[in-house]
Amino acid sequence: MSKKQKKMLFRILLTAVLMVLLHFLPVAKLLRFLLYLIPYLVIGYDILIKAFKGVKNRQMFDESFLMAVATVGAMALAVAKDGDYTEAIAVMLFYQIGEWFQSYAVGKSRRNISELMDIRPDYANIEKDGQLEQVDPDEVEIGTIIVVQPGEKIPIDGIVINGHSSLNTSALTGESLPREIQTGEEVISGCINLTGILKIQTTKEFGESTVSKILDLVENASSRKSKSEDFISKFARVYTPLVCYSALALAFLPPLVRISLLGLSADWGDWVYRALTFLVISCPCALVVSIPLSFFAGIGGASNAGVLVKGSNYLETLSQTRYVVFDKTGTLTQGVFQVNAIHHNTLPEEKLLEYAALAESASSHPISKSLREAYGKPLERSRITDIEEISGNGVIAQVDNLCIAAGNAKLMKRLKIDYKDCHHTGTIVHLAIDGTYAGHIVISDIIKPHAKGAIAALKSAGVHQTVMLTGDTDAVAKQVAKELGIDVVYSELLPEDKVTKVEELLESKSPKEKLAFVGDGINDAPVLSRADIGIAMGAMGSDAAIEAADIVLMDDDPLKISKAINISRKCLRIVYENIWFAIGIKVICLLLGAFGIANMWLAVFADVGVMVLAVLNAIRALFVKKL
Amino acid sequence: MKKTYKIEVDCANCANKMEDAAKRTEGVKNATVNFMTLKMSVEFEDGQDIKAVMQKVRTNCKKVEDDCEIFI
Repeated sequence: MSKKQKKMLFRILLTAVLMVLLHFLPVAKLLRFLLYLIPYLVIGYDILIKAFKGVKNRQMFDESFLMAVATVGAMALAVAKDGDYTEAIAVMLFYQIGEWFQSYAVGKSRRNISELMDIRPDYANIEKDGQLEQVDPDEVEIGTIIVVQPGEKIPIDGIVINGHSSLNTSALTGESLPREIQTGEEVISGCINLTGILKIQTTKEFGESTVSKILDLVENASSRKSKSEDFISKFARVYTPLVCYSALALAFLPPLVRISLLGLSADWGDWVYRALTFLVISCPCALVVSIPLSFFAGIGGASNAGVLVKGSNYLETLSQTRYVVFDKTGTLTQGVFQVNAIHHNTLPEEKLLEYAALAESASSHPISKSLREAYGKPLERSRITDIEEISGNGVIAQVDNLCIAAGNAKLMKRLKIDYKDCHHTGTIVHLAIDGTYAGHIVISDIIKPHAKGAIAALKSAGVHQTVMLTGDTDAVAKQVAKELGIDVVYSELLPEDKVTKVEELLESKSPKEKLAFVGDGINDAPVLSRADIGIAMGAMGSDAAIEAADIVLMDDDPLKISKAINISRKCLRIVYENIWFAIGIKVICLLLGAFGIANMWLAVFADVGVMVLAVLNAIRALFVKKL
Repeated sequence: MKKTYKIEVDCANCANKMEDAAKRTEGVKNATVNFMTLKMSVEFEDGQDIKAVMQKVRTNCKKVEDDCEIFI
């Protein structure tokens, strides 16, 4: 609790005690009024001052003004009738309780959400004369060697030059499994070092490091306001004056009509009371505070789950997503080539791989890299002699005095070797040993383990159509799409064709249904920015992707896409609940007030109660674990 | 030129009013107030004396919401 809140709480309690005491005090008339004036001023003096200043600055229609007029009016009515002062004081009291609760709840959730996003490192360790010295990360220059001990956060991006350890990346990616890290590997700031001491040479300044970028992004996210928020602030601007004038009309018109036209008594007190009730109900605070709070909580919850949303507006658009367009490589597939199968082998698979890896060892092509990886053991290059590379075909090399030919079908034809075609899609490496066919190796990009589940989850999240765009061949594309259950495929596209395709899709759908494009952030920045919502995944450390995308998935798990959509749906559902609930209750109470059914007690509930409920409801947006 | 300032304000509607007031201040191109993070980011027009503009922004904000503070 802040100092202000403590003081307010004291005033609230004091007023409540005074009210109870006064209730039992047998006084009347003027003395009673003066005594009751004490708790009224205790609880309401700041509101009265604020209202007065508001009028002076020509900012009439704010909450303080409404409350001041309503309670002063109620006091005046009570004086006139020598009646009940409790009502006016209670209205002020409840209003203050509501304000207090609001400021407490907002402050609390502000802290909670900030804690969720707390990845800011406080210091960096620099070794000086054998001693570790803690310095401000901002002061560390590029190329400095910093030491990160177990349990500490990595403050700045860099390369490990000494030590190995496992890192907890959950603050960045939401992934709970630790990541192993070795000397020579790049590390990003914000991860927590778990086991060993790491010496890291920094490659960026603190301000350019991943952790600063993410913090910046998340903190500024709620500044990009959604349509619902804009609607509410416009609504509040019209609503408050409207209610004030209605109250004025309610106080004067009916009595005048009664006197002049109907010939009845005016009942001034009754109508003024109704008008004051009107004013109490009218405060727009429930709406005005709960909508941004919902978005803030939603964005906070999402970032805790590894989904960075760049603004409330994107959360809103995401919830209306009906079309999801994927870039294949790196999004649904790993984007790395792997040996998938070995067919028709006359030798053991291991042996065949060994020969293939040796023969291709001189090449830097991704294919030969994947062969080496599949073989997995160090290669003795001394076993290889006479490498002949035939461009576009493959290689012929002498290994262990055997003539190994490794390459595509063209190479086999060229050597006049009878080979067997493969019905699998991917890159095929045929092998022949001393002129006889020895089998082939299938190398292909592999589908991510969660890709299929992710597509199914999107469908159940209400996405109408999934589309895949790829530069790959038609056969590969169709096979992947079939396996994953994707609706539409466009293959053999150049990067600029992807933009055109997305534009075509954007035109063919209705504007209410939004289109999201998911890419890995590598050379698809133009498409990311063209789509209604650009989602970049696995973008840790890729500045271009973080720049271009509206939503950044911190790890590369495609399941996060449906999770992000579900988070946005929940958040928007809460926003609409709050809008309808708050406006609905207020309108009902206004009507009841106008007809004289609602008294000020009900009015205070309509104001404070609705606000409390709306704030509690808004905080629900923070809980996203089960989505 | 864009700068972010820490602010103090109690209610969300007041934050909206501060945003309006800041936007209307001379020398300010655009301004957003973020009630949740209690920050005001102000985009200045070119060639403005930032300090002087911010003083005006503060005065204007105080007019609409007496109970606010901008930490310049």
